Amino acid sequence: MTQTERQTEDLDDSMFVKLEDSEKDTEFIAMESKTYLRDAWDCFKRNRLALAGLIFLLFMIILAVLVPILSPYTYDSQNLDVRNALPSMAHPLGTDKLGRDILVRLMFGARISLLVGFVAAFLNLIIGVVYGGISGFVGGKTDMVMMRVIDCIYSIPSMLYVILIMMVFGSNIGSVLLGICVSSWIGMARQVRTQVQTLKQQEFALAAYVIGAGKLRILFKHLIINCMGPIIVSTTLMVPEAIFTESFLAFIGIGISLPQASWGTLASEARSVIQSYPLQIVWPVLAICLTVLSLNFIGDGVGEALDPKNRQEV
Amino acid sequence: MLRYIVKRLAVGVVTLFLLATITFFLMHVIPGSPFAGETSKLPVKVLDKLYEKYGLDKPLFDQYVIYMKNAVKGDFGVSIYRKGRSIEKIIANGLPYTLRLGAVSVTFALVAGIFLGTVAAFTRKKWLSSFVLVLATAGVSMPGFLLSVLLLLLFGVVLQWLPFVGLESPLHYILPAVGMAFAPVSMIARLVRSSLREVMKQDYMVLARSKGTSEIMVIWRHGLKNAMLPVITYAGPMIATLLTGSFVIESLYSIPGIGAEFVTSITNRDYTMIMALTILYGSFIIVANIVTDIINAMIDPRIKLGK
Amino acid sequence: MALLDVKHLTVDFNTDQGVVHAVRDISFSVGESEAVGIVGESGSGKSVTMYSVMGLLAANGGIREGSVVFGGKEITEKAYPSRKAYQAEMSKIRGNEMSMIFQDPMTFLNPVVRIGKQITEVIKNHNKVSDAQAKEQAVALMGQVGIPSPHERFGQYPHEFSGGMRQRIIIAMALANSPRLIIADEPTTALDVTIQAQVLDLIKDMKEKMNSSVIMITHDLGVVASLCDRIIIMYGGKIVEAGDAREIFYQPRHPYTMGLLKCVHNPEKKDKLTPIPGSPPDLLKPPAGCPFVDRCSQAMRICKLRMPEAETYSETHTCSCWLEEAGKRKGENHG
Repeated sequence: MTQTERQTEDLDDSMFVKLEDSEKDTEFIAMESKTYLRDAWDCFKRNRLALAGLIFLLFMIILAVLVPILSPYTYDSQNLDVRNALPSMAHPLGTDKLGRDILVRLMFGARISLLVGFVAAFLNLIIGVVYGGISGFVGGKTDMVMMRVIDCIYSIPSMLYVILIMMVFGSNIGSVLLGICVSSWIGMARQVRTQVQTLKQQEFALAAYVIGAGKLRILFKHLIINCMGPIIVSTTLMVPEAIFTESFLAFIGIGISLPQASWGTLASEARSVIQSYPLQIVWPVLAICLTVLSLNFIGDGVGEALDPKNRQEV
Repeated sequence: MLRYIVKRLAVGVVTLFLLATITFFLMHVIPGSPFAGETSKLPVKVLDKLYEKYGLDKPLFDQYVIYMKNAVKGDFGVSIYRKGRSIEKIIANGLPYTLRLGAVSVTFALVAGIFLGTVAAFTRKKWLSSFVLVLATAGVSMPGFLLSVLLLLLFGVVLQWLPFVGLESPLHYILPAVGMAFAPVSMIARLVRSSLREVMKQDYMVLARSKGTSEIMVIWRHGLKNAMLPVITYAGPMIATLLTGSFVIESLYSIPGIGAEFVTSITNRDYTMIMALTILYGSFIIVANIVTDIINAMIDPRIKLGK
Repeated sequence: MALLDVKHLTVDFNTDQGVVHAVRDISFSVGESEAVGIVGESGSGKSVTMYSVMGLLAANGGIREGSVVFGGKEITEKAYPSRKAYQAEMSKIRGNEMSMIFQDPMTFLNPVVRIGKQITEVIKNHNKVSDAQAKEQAVALMGQVGIPSPHERFGQYPHEFSGGMRQRIIIAMALANSPRLIIADEPTTALDVTIQAQVLDLIKDMKEKMNSSVIMITHDLGVVASLCDRIIIMYGGKIVEAGDAREIFYQPRHPYTMGLLKCVHNPEKKDKLTPIPGSPPDLLKPPAGCPFVDRCSQAMRICKLRMPEAETYSETHTCSCWLEEAGKRKGENHG
């Protein structure tokens, strides 16, 4: 006790005045409060790979849109004098075996590849959300049958469908999209179903039901909005998968037959001269890989940004 | 357990049946019978025999029944393009190449993937773990057939370090196997890393340590089984895919396997061949899925109750 | 000599947001066959304290200062030449001389390992017995903790057990080698109210049978009332008051203890339960003064600036609060 006294001798009696409530910090605030989207964007920005991916992708899209204005060549303008040329000032990436400018063809290819990627992802989103939403929301026997159908489709390798469909319906954009969409929506549908099942149990869905909102309204407005995060991530990751599938088909010779070749077609064409002009195949391959890589990085970044659990782990 | 296996097998048989049916009718949507379109390529005598054997003059449904009956017996008819050579023989010729290359790729994928994933999960060096992670993302983003093109170009054409035609020597396996296995390696590394990290954080690991079990035994007895579950789920179908070979890689490296055969038959619209190979691929994958599910159910006792 | 002697223990965790000072300079001891309760709300550092005694802190946490002496032996890592030597020593002690009963029976049992194997593991870790002997012991143990038909349940998996049954299994594992010290980390928090009393009784019975010491970690003063000889109250990573059960319940000195007592439901009194307003301090930036200052109804200016020294009231009773000093000064000024 003597020790305590010695240490407190220096203390003024005024120190023992009672504190007012206003002088206390009753609730400490650990973090600045932000809106969900703002917070997600801040987190996304911190992921340098995802940001680089986004910039690269935007750059690609802009080039693909503006290529007819920017370029002195068209995708099919042949110049037999400069066949298989190496990169030069006139042709930054060289020319192919018919003397067509590779850069220009690559940019037109971006139109097809990116279009296929985004449209396929969008279709998947719609099919997956509707199918999974209905299956999860209705439940019971309907759900069971719908899930068995999914099991069946899932256990057949998707590339087989795509190839069969391409052979039956011909080499056009429609059949590529159909082929990609036959099986790839399954992951999305399963995810949505699980989410809907969990959310359906929660109070706010019941509350909406009680105040008389129609069943479909509940499904789409409340439930879907609440599982937006994982849906967005799956959609982002769907784009590279579709681009990959399309280029694969083109590469084995059953891709879209259009005068503006897609990246896969470009790679396939360059393959015939791989021994003598190896550089030609590098460009389309690089284009595919970099685009797919960017999209994957973006997907990872979005996933991290939207999931608060992931956010802490970084 | 037995009931679960029977149930899974039943679903597998139904799926396979569906696949065969869909394939059959899709192929017949194309005008004419499988043989009618290409009559000129087959001698008249052979054609007559075929019509008789496969009932091609009968209605579509009867043809379907006959085809399915024969398919069950392992008879898929003859190749249109190869002038009447039996499909079983073509497959029997190609399969050894495909399986050998597949086995090498599977081994490489599992060993490298698990090793990299484990290193990334346990290392204290941050750069090492990020390096594996970036490599893995790159691997997942790089379609196998494009990677193979680049590998072939760099090590085959430009540097000329490795052979790239056929499968004569062990060296011949390196390029195609790496090309095939790179994406699986990345995927497995990612899975192993994340599931090991997840498992290490689990409460039951703390309890095991509190019992005085040494760290190595804690990981071995309590961590590994749990960490392996997601890896097995991925690895099962992956093994099937690698064993059945890659369409493009085989034709790229001039390997006479069934993958290359598939690409050839697609280019030549060899419908009977496509049908047979589709069913073969499908059954490989379906069987692999069933085996994977059964192994998972054996490791994780909760699964049987769930389904 | 005390069985467990903790001196100036300070534990930090490295997190993304910075270093969390979870436990700050605490000292206490536990005697042979004594039951001590550590009471505090979530984040007060009570579990972290016991995890560091067991050497089970998560990888990002560590003992920065202080010593832990168990049975006359120093058991912090710094006392050992290498991590390996430390781990080897701890492997001998854990589950044998010192064991832990965990909070959540749903997550602390390995879902893919049979119950029987999880129990025999701890027996075989510390005794040279055959598989059959280990099984016999484990089955007997399961019977002792009240698992019906233990023979059949030996080969089952955790998901086939209810929460209460799983907690009994965890207790069986902790008691398997009759440890000298049992640490129970909120053993009843995750259980149904009806099961809570049964599990507490079980721990009490087993303690008496084996004559072990018990440290009971809880946020519920009601739980320790019946079981513990001494009670330690923790807040914001500090010990704010310690005393025997009588002293804490009938002569509490610290405003936080008083607040806690008001939160205990007493069916005989018709008083309303009174919650303590506010939330615990942020241990990323622990306050210089008393951690309870912002929620204390009697806080003074000094409380914000300096942590009070522990004042001793009896052989067992200590309390760290400026009110004592303030009271003394008032007396002097008036007298």
